[in-house]
Amino acid sequence: MELADYDPLQGKRLQVLDPEGNADPALLPALDEEVLCLIFRRMLAARLVDRTCLTLQREGRMGTYPPVEGQEACQVGSVLALSETDWIVPSFRELAAALVRGVPLERIFLYWMGHEEGSRIPKSLRFLPVAIPVGTHILHATGLAMGISYRREKDAVLCFFGDGATSEGDFHEALTFAGVSKAPAIFFCQNNAWAISVPRKAQCAATALAAKGVGYGIPGVQIDGNDPLAAYLATEAALRRARAGEGPTLIEAITYRLGPHTTSDDPGRYRSAEEVERMRPLEPLVRYRLFLQGRGLWSEAWEAEITADIEKWIAESIQKAEAFPDPAPEDIFDYMFAELPPHLARQKASLLSSLQEE
Amino acid sequence: MPSLNLVEAINLALREELARDPDVLLLGEDVGLEGGVFRVTEGLQQAFGAGRIIDTPLAESGIVGVALGLALLGLRPVAEIQFMGFLPPALDQIISHVGRYRHRSRGVYSAPLVIRLPYGGGIHAPEHHSESIEAMLVHTPGIKVVVPSSPADACGLLKSAIRDPDPVLFLEPKRIYRAVREEVAEGMEPIPLGRARQVRSGRDLTVIAWGAMVREAQKAAETLAAEGVETEIIDLRTLSPLDTGAILASVRRTGRCLVVHEAARTAGLGAEISALVMEGALLQLKSPVARITGFDTVMPLPRGEHFYLPDAGRIVRAAREIMSF
Ligand SMILES: Cc1ncc(C[n+]2csc(CCOP(=O)(O)OP(=O)(O)O)c2C)c(N)n1
Repeated sequence: MELADYDPLQGKRLQVLDPEGNADPALLPALDEEVLCLIFRRMLAARLVDRTCLTLQREGRMGTYPPVEGQEACQVGSVLALSETDWIVPSFRELAAALVRGVPLERIFLYWMGHEEGSRIPKSLRFLPVAIPVGTHILHATGLAMGISYRREKDAVLCFFGDGATSEGDFHEALTFAGVSKAPAIFFCQNNAWAISVPRKAQCAATALAAKGVGYGIPGVQIDGNDPLAAYLATEAALRRARAGEGPTLIEAITYRLGPHTTSDDPGRYRSAEEVERMRPLEPLVRYRLFLQGRGLWSEAWEAEITADIEKWIAESIQKAEAFPDPAPEDIFDYMFAELPPHLARQKASLLSSLQEE
Repeated sequence: MPSLNLVEAINLALREELARDPDVLLLGEDVGLEGGVFRVTEGLQQAFGAGRIIDTPLAESGIVGVALGLALLGLRPVAEIQFMGFLPPALDQIISHVGRYRHRSRGVYSAPLVIRLPYGGGIHAPEHHSESIEAMLVHTPGIKVVVPSSPADACGLLKSAIRDPDPVLFLEPKRIYRAVREEVAEGMEPIPLGRARQVRSGRDLTVIAWGAMVREAQKAAETLAAEGVETEIIDLRTLSPLDTGAILASVRRTGRCLVVHEAARTAGLGAEISALVMEGALLQLKSPVARITGFDTVMPLPRGEHFYLPDAGRIVRAAREIMSF
């Protein structure tokens, strides 16, 4: 498979699995059965965790949360193509990517429960904390990638963002820098059709967001974002380019956000229920289940078994997150600098003494 | 007269200004079909059309820079930035251009635009959704900064902001968006910018506040009244230009001054007001000017927010200290 065969300006789009789960034999990546099943397990895990977050939020046990339902294939497929030492730079909707990389689930819960300790992700995981401001983190990915080139290391950086993010100035600066420095970066746009209430076509007049790479000297490719094998293949090809010193790649994955933008959003105001119903049969789990079934790798009993495992892990992780102590007032100050400066020491002392008076 | 909350009062001001002046346009992320993430612009696109209430691409520098261009043509754009925490990408436009255009062109051009900014903490929001960076804005030459603390003020001040010939940043304390209701007259007159409001009169202590902190000051004043301390509360309403006359007149009467803001302490507006009081009322002071503020830290996530935000309790304790100085 050559990325160059999929010119987004010609309307070409990479797809391995059709909506009925049939694989294109010429494109099917050489993955053993265990990995093919792992893709399903990870997508299912993300799906079940996501639903749990929505429930926790409704029960008042979690704060605002951005659901990922529908986008599992993008994240699971691409992250599974990486090596463990490749970096991942997420935005705020990368639950599935975080789970594949091994970010402890209780930390993810804790973060959306409004606790800073949820962002304490071991450095060895090379998974940066959630970035709330849209698009601004894409530059960090470019910087990491430029640093990797400088050190003559072989790792790459995978950066996630949405379709809306491609309108922000920082997206353009990130691609500008990455293009001229041939940084080993993979810019992975999850085009989920909406940026809150603004549809993709009102976001940008370009016919394909992947085509935005052209202006920066960066090849772009559109893929079916509900097909985990397409995400895997495209990322693998981009990685080959990165590791060979050929520079960055822009991947636009066409997917769909099935749920609300966040739990504070009411999508009924801007999109029709019919649209969502039309998209539901195309979502990644449906299609991939059919694919595995066709290869004799899926059965109801197997899915029930892995579901039970995942549910147990979710329950344990919720317990850990909810048992986590409340943030201490000192925490506000203690991570601002390596050494607490005098003015913050004074402010800390005054907060602690006023809490005693209360 | 209808009883409105802050969101509805701002919506009313926008609706009336749109009806009054065809040059008024609204633009921002999700302001049209969605009616804004806080529903402040609800129904306006239906009433005035998508050509006037414009859903923009996701780009704050774009929104503000384009609003400036519209204003240079003589239109009156009202831009919404979804949360003040997402203003930074647009600060370049505000500092480098919006605040300078009249000066740069020797008065040939003006920039009559309004930027609406939901701001402040207390709503248990994620990172970047609770910021209060008004001091940075007040420090920027050439722009006016307005903060209402009640529905009627919001309606009247926003009308003035839209009619003002210069750029106005209109900060909306989202914590009290739906917490207060007040009678707001349809067709009410604009409230002039640059004038503070005395919320409560008292002879012992002046508390200066704005936005959501006015309510905390009011709660504190009740407690203090029960202890025999009469608190005067001045709601600044406009942070730039400051109503120095109102500040000094009050402090000269009471001899004591406490400034309350939720923004970080160092180089916050409290420091400026304290210096003003030293310059203008030193001899009347019976105690040093005091400040109750946020800390010089990142605004905590929801679980730690209560440690950061000034509340009535902190105000009462500071007032007691001032009184026993
Ligand atoms: C700089 C900035 N502006 C505005 C927001 C508010 N906001 C949060 S998510 C979002 C839409 C993002 O759309 P997109 O990039 O397509 O990603 P998606 O949420 O669809 O995954 C907006 C406007 C923000 N977080 N950051």
